[in-house]
Amino acid sequence: MKLSFPHMGNTEILLKDLFRRTGIEVVVPPPTSEKTLKLGVKCAPEFACLPLKATIGNFIEALEAGADTLVMAGGVGPCRFGYYAEIQRRILQDLGYQFEMIVLEPPRADWLGFFKTCRRLAPGKSVRQIVKIIKTSFSKARALDFVEKKVLRERAYELVPHSTTKAYKEGIALLDRADTPEEIEEAKNKAFELIDWVEKDLSREPLRVGIVGEFYMLLEPFFNFDMEEWLGRAGVSLERAVYLSDWISVSKENQVTGFSHHQVQEAAEPYLAYFVGGEGQPTIGNSVHYARAGFDGAIQLFPFTCMPDTIAKSILPKLSKDLDFPVISFVIDEQTGKAGVITRLEAFLDLLEAKRKSKKRRGEGAELRELSVQGLRLGAQ
Amino acid sequence: MLKIGIPRGLIYYDYHPLWKTFLEELGAEVVVSPPTTKAILRQGVKAAESEFCLPVKLYYGHALSLRGMVDKLFIPRVVSVEKRAYTCPKLLGLPDMIRAVDDAPPIWSPVIDFTKGKRQFYSSVYEVGKTLTNDSLSIFRAYLKAVNEYKRFQARLKAGIPRHQAIESQLSQRSDGKSEGPLRIGLVGHDYIISDSYVTMNLSQRLEKLGASLLTADTVPRRIINREASTLPKSLFWTYEKDIIGAAFHWLKKGLADGIIYVLAFACGPDSLIQTLLEYEAKKMGKMPLMSIVIDEHSGEAGLITRIEAFVEMLMRAKKRSLVEA
Repeated sequence: MKLSFPHMGNTEILLKDLFRRTGIEVVVPPPTSEKTLKLGVKCAPEFACLPLKATIGNFIEALEAGADTLVMAGGVGPCRFGYYAEIQRRILQDLGYQFEMIVLEPPRADWLGFFKTCRRLAPGKSVRQIVKIIKTSFSKARALDFVEKKVLRERAYELVPHSTTKAYKEGIALLDRADTPEEIEEAKNKAFELIDWVEKDLSREPLRVGIVGEFYMLLEPFFNFDMEEWLGRAGVSLERAVYLSDWISVSKENQVTGFSHHQVQEAAEPYLAYFVGGEGQPTIGNSVHYARAGFDGAIQLFPFTCMPDTIAKSILPKLSKDLDFPVISFVIDEQTGKAGVITRLEAFLDLLEAKRKSKKRRGEGAELRELSVQGLRLGAQ
Repeated sequence: MLKIGIPRGLIYYDYHPLWKTFLEELGAEVVVSPPTTKAILRQGVKAAESEFCLPVKLYYGHALSLRGMVDKLFIPRVVSVEKRAYTCPKLLGLPDMIRAVDDAPPIWSPVIDFTKGKRQFYSSVYEVGKTLTNDSLSIFRAYLKAVNEYKRFQARLKAGIPRHQAIESQLSQRSDGKSEGPLRIGLVGHDYIISDSYVTMNLSQRLEKLGASLLTADTVPRRIINREASTLPKSLFWTYEKDIIGAAFHWLKKGLADGIIYVLAFACGPDSLIQTLLEYEAKKMGKMPLMSIVIDEHSGEAGLITRIEAFVEMLMRAKKRSLVEA
């Protein structure tokens, strides 16, 4: 069996780790590129969302590279994502590829099915071994996310451009190599240290912005135009509402974002009182959290025709007005260009700066300084 | 007397007789927004997020057209009407979406969620009744009457009466007479699209004029729809799409239609996938032609007419040929 999977940010590291442990050969598709997208757009439904198009592109490239088994995540709705594997199977079969598709359905929907899938993906392993493997790989995913969270917060303070990114890449490489739980823990601490050693100007008072929206767009730098790095270098300290390990975690209490699922729902309640699938409710709930925590603004990213986040977008203006909290939405599809996105971002940041200045004039400066120091201290934890 | 406004869109086409009877029995006055007009469409397109599908934009228009005329808008949150399936994310968020519009009328939004069992449904019905009267017995009576009315509505649909007529009148026959053309065309799509003649630009009437008799998913028994939909390797988790797939598969497999027309709205989430699924299966199963018509607020009449004329002509030619060969 030669197994392959679609790309999404750091997912590659996690899956490579997982399948190395279960003893399955993996074919990593080439990184998502213009070519990948073109392949996907050509054969995907016209107004399906970008994640479907991009992952089909990944699969085509993986099959061309010799993969014979594809792994895709499933779901039980109401977001379309849960049905993507079925659609992809048909499209790829229609193109004449020979392959097998393994769909990872969420365990809480069907325990037995999940167990059977695990057996196929971990041939010859006992249940106990499988549980141990999942636990270890998951702890690696957690570690990756915490390192990323720290980088997002602290990049705005760096003195030498790209030095944080460099430290981050070194840290990720350390984690990638780590094997046992002890090694993972050690690599995580080392990665934290590396980032702490980056030269920083702690007297800065960077803008603090939250990033919310659909998980694929947030996690895949190719589609968000490396927005996080650009913002960090423009002097913005970031907080993100979506992390890979939160998304796959069974428990919804202990999240990397710092807010449990329950807290997010509660915060969203006055604006969106019910789940609408995908990240619809979390987008609203996390925006409320950021507004309450004194952030300067929030950025929402989602693919064109995404149902849950379009609902959130239609509600955000009301939230923004009620809480006096600027929010900008980017709707991304295969036509979106980087220049347009950056221009809008620049204008948004100007607006946030101006708003902060006027706040300072009104004597709320001391409070802001306090928040910014707090932010850094939290990041160091 | 409480004046309750019901926008003529989305769920209206599925459950209106039920709610209207229930609310009126309990002494409320029900006001329905007028049939779709250009002004309503324009208002909706202006108020709604541009990424929404046309039916949702229209719903905004209908809801806002009732502004100032009613005490409350009745927009239930229809999460799910059967086990293991949702309606559509946009219906889940509908009351919150309309509430976020500036100066929207007050909104009344009971939750209908069958994923949480029948008890949740009964307790929502009871709560709706409770706001209108304190008498539990009359709530129960109104509920029974509403359910009966809804069953009669379903029977009218089964008898082949178009939805918009079945909602508005008690007639057990089509008011404009059933057309018996030589061609049988299956028409599938969300009820709220194909029943709104403004949106489809009178598609049904046009097809009938061209000599087609129409089959709709309403006339296919539920049992068959469920059976056909369950032939998919992974069961669908959207109710509307189950109906579309179930009916279309039934016609495809039994050869009951000469062709199928599938009307869908641009940017509709589930439909984007169902289109691929249906086209793929139709291609695999054989010879029945399938045409997808994608509609949005910019769709023009001329383009539609050309396409359906060409489609009907093609079906006619195929039918003649098959008759000659036989």
